[in-house]
Amino acid sequence: MNSLTDRLVSLMIGSAAALVAAVLGWVLLDILYRGIGDLSWEFLAQPPEDAGRSGGIAPIIVSTMLILMVALIAAVPLSLSAAAALAQQRHRRFGWAWIASRCLDVLAAVPSVVFGLFGNAFFCVALGMGYSILAGGLTLACMILPILIHTTEHGLRAVPADYHYAAASLGLSRTTTFFRITLPAALPAIAAGLVLGIGRALAETAALIFTAGYVTRQPESLMGSGRSMSVHIFDMAMNVPAGDGRANATAALLVAMLLIINAAAMSLASKASAKLSGQTAEDMNSRQYV
Amino acid sequence: MTKWSLSTLSRLKSDWLFTVVTRSSACVAAAIVFLVVAFLISESIPAIRQIGVGRFITDASWHPLSDQFNLTPMIVASLTITLGAILIAAPLGISAAIYCQFYAPTAIAVWYRRLIELLSGIPSVVFGLWGLVVLAPIVARLGGSGQSILTASLVLGLMILPTVALTTQAALRSVPGEWLAGGAALGFCRSSTIRRIALPAARRGILGGLLLALARAMGETMAVLMLAGNVVEMPDSIVAPARTLTANIALEMGYATAGHRSVLFVSGLFLIAIVAVSVSLAGFGGAVDE
Repeated sequence: MNSLTDRLVSLMIGSAAALVAAVLGWVLLDILYRGIGDLSWEFLAQPPEDAGRSGGIAPIIVSTMLILMVALIAAVPLSLSAAAALAQQRHRRFGWAWIASRCLDVLAAVPSVVFGLFGNAFFCVALGMGYSILAGGLTLACMILPILIHTTEHGLRAVPADYHYAAASLGLSRTTTFFRITLPAALPAIAAGLVLGIGRALAETAALIFTAGYVTRQPESLMGSGRSMSVHIFDMAMNVPAGDGRANATAALLVAMLLIINAAAMSLASKASAKLSGQTAEDMNSRQYV
Repeated sequence: MTKWSLSTLSRLKSDWLFTVVTRSSACVAAAIVFLVVAFLISESIPAIRQIGVGRFITDASWHPLSDQFNLTPMIVASLTITLGAILIAAPLGISAAIYCQFYAPTAIAVWYRRLIELLSGIPSVVFGLWGLVVLAPIVARLGGSGQSILTASLVLGLMILPTVALTTQAALRSVPGEWLAGGAALGFCRSSTIRRIALPAARRGILGGLLLALARAMGETMAVLMLAGNVVEMPDSIVAPARTLTANIALEMGYATAGHRSVLFVSGLFLIAIVAVSVSLAGFGGAVDE
């Protein structure tokens, strides 16, 4: 009797898991399949025509990359520095590092449309940037900051304590130890986190509509308005009649980019763990001979 | 990373600079969440003063241009769609995690997990497009236009499924192996071990994951905006169209001025409050278990 229930449960769990995999696989392949036919060199290299129904998405790709660049330039140094401080602290409950981490947890969960509201009120209106690449990029920077800090902090914490003891015994200062030893050792893990942050930024839509704006032409400068690929998908699908074809093509391109980014993050992450375990083994060996 | 306090290891001048710079970056990063909340509050004040909180419930309808600000249909729609999404994602996500942790052979489990991680990175606007092109026509056969609470819940459920599955799996993984071995020693079959030992032990983590998924569903904008139909009405069936709070912000932010704009910020503030509460609850649950 018991084994019958066991089999029944196995069957239920197995079929639920298969259903999940099937639906998720269906979504992914369906998106790629619908859009891939329209992808061509012209699509990548030409400006949109007829409200986007024909032509390509070249200026939109440029805007997307500019927004991403602004976001990374603003967020990466700050996240690295903040993670360096947090990784050195034991997170005692209600200590400052614990409080800072909880604040970042909440920031990570703020809905993207609320970031849009904030970005519009703060960057566009209060700081007078208007709808611009700069305002959109800085709003995105606030959004990806928590994930960058989180992954960087984990990367730094994974560096074995032996490294620090060795550095301290050689009389290196904490600053030197950080830049010469901890940072290089944690670099692949940090890069993996960075790639994840890029993926998150590329996927973002709601925060950009009211900060970076809507226009399809190529932005002249960072103060110009520009439309990201995700906003383009939304606009083509919802606001432009018969825009579905181009929306599908842009979606397929975006998903393909994210697949590549994801693969890069995975290989970097596995490299990170290999590097740290490999190096310790090497160090052990060389120590025997010295 | 090794823990240092300011007074122990070294007191070099350069270290003092390093400490000050990194710690202040951490504080700046953490303070962004307060900046966001402060701006939302300051933009909300005109609405709360001039219109008053009571009228968000007692007004006859949502016609912001003729000074009618009833938010209830949208709050109800947000809650209904979120609930629907959780009802779909919870059983499937938890089953997928159980399968991955206890049933799947290692090689399959790794790839299954990767598929789910991949899907968590697909942009919401792409899910929205997929729902619009593929799912809406299918749902339309049940009645209505296809853009309805049901369509939005289905796609949103799919979107938060990775959150549920990944957090549940992490919680199941942290159940001590001895406990499961103890179950086996008592002659429990696999399904009983899971039901009587693993799930109760991982209860807190699973609940935390569900809360995170709830926060994500509540704040999700693009997919819901593209799939729910966006009619401001008290929904009377699951195939009726509805407009959520997030979709309302995205739709009206472009042209809203003065009091109307301020009301949108009030709804943003409301969203951030719900999300912050669920994330803190989830964080406390997880932290205690560790």
